[in-house]
Amino acid sequence: MQASIPSIVGQMIVFGIFVWFTMKFVWPPITKAMEERRQKIADGLAAADRGARALQDASAKSEEELKAARTQAQEILAAANKQAAQMVEQAKTHAQEEGERIVAKAHEEVEREIAHAREELRKQVGELAVIGAAKILKREIDTKAHADVLNELAARV
Amino acid sequence: MAEAGHSPAEYVTHHLHHWATGHDNAFISAEAWHLDTLFISTVLGLIFLTLFRIAAVRATSGVPGKLQNFVEIMIDFVDNAVKDGFHGSRAFLAPLALTIFVWTFLWNCMDLIPVDLPPMIAKHVFGLEYFRAVPSADMSATFALSLSVFALIIIYSFKGKGAGGFAKEFLTHPFGAKLMPANVVLNTVELLAKPMSLALRLFGNLYAGELIFILIALLPWWAQVIPGFGWAVFHILVVTLQAFIFMTLTIVYISMAYEHH
Repeated sequence: MQASIPSIVGQMIVFGIFVWFTMKFVWPPITKAMEERRQKIADGLAAADRGARALQDASAKSEEELKAARTQAQEILAAANKQAAQMVEQAKTHAQEEGERIVAKAHEEVEREIAHAREELRKQVGELAVIGAAKILKREIDTKAHADVLNELAARV
Repeated sequence: MAEAGHSPAEYVTHHLHHWATGHDNAFISAEAWHLDTLFISTVLGLIFLTLFRIAAVRATSGVPGKLQNFVEIMIDFVDNAVKDGFHGSRAFLAPLALTIFVWTFLWNCMDLIPVDLPPMIAKHVFGLEYFRAVPSADMSATFALSLSVFALIIIYSFKGKGAGGFAKEFLTHPFGAKLMPANVVLNTVELLAKPMSLALRLFGNLYAGELIFILIALLPWWAQVIPGFGWAVFHILVVTLQAFIFMTLTIVYISMAYEHH
């Protein structure tokens, strides 16, 4: 058992060199790598957080958009329905008018037809009357008077 | 295993003799270099630095390899220990604590090598009569560390409190200015007790451990297995614990020196 002063001094120098080496060439690179990895992990977690938040935002936005689209679709549908009803209504009135017009025209035709028939009838009745009258007259009038008249006519010619 | 022709006492003293320059048997030698301690501790330190330097060169912030993982665990462990005890800049103190921890751990690990193996190799391969393989069972090594720590305690005292603050605390703490001599005596003892206790604790534990291994080696071979195994298992704890204690106390002492009370 012995403590030796030169040994102690030599050992201290060696120790000093080792500590210096550790401090300069061992500790900094490793702690730097560790710190960088820590930073990386922190960044990764933050990015994941951001991603989750973005997803949430996006889904909320899409929900909103979907809702808007749905209301819009509803509006469009309502407008279309309204327009269709309007068109049907219009068509109905149009058809009614047309029908009325046709009926009126038909009435007119019938009226005209009636008038025409009436005219025709009147004409025929006239002729019949004349024929009837002629027949009556033929029996009543004597031939002599007629011969006179005919003669007179013939004389004029 | 006691070599034939040696008495147990001779065997033990032979094992406790350093490979040293000169034949100085003084308790505190002024000239003998303990070459075995210097050699083994330097080699162990170089192993530590090489391993950690390789990890540092290959260090990546991506997926770490196994070596880097191990080194990072060590660094994280030491860094946290320093962070808990010391609130200044760790740029110097943390590497210092790491060096102390790993280096003393490796020193202590030498105690787990069979006691007869290193001297045998030294004798038959290198022709050395004496060889002690456990640096921490040599006071020169443990005092080298603790005196370095002592120097750092002084430096950090001045850095943290300034020369005036340090002097004031040294003269007036803990009994007040009126009892200055008592303060000086107490503080001197306290200050000197730190490196002494640091060095002697590590030395004592490992020296005792080595001695027990030597004594076990004196038993007949069939009686060595159980005590040898038991002591080695127990020693795994001592090896780690003493390294850890040395590091932790270093941090505590320096932090006490640096911070105001």
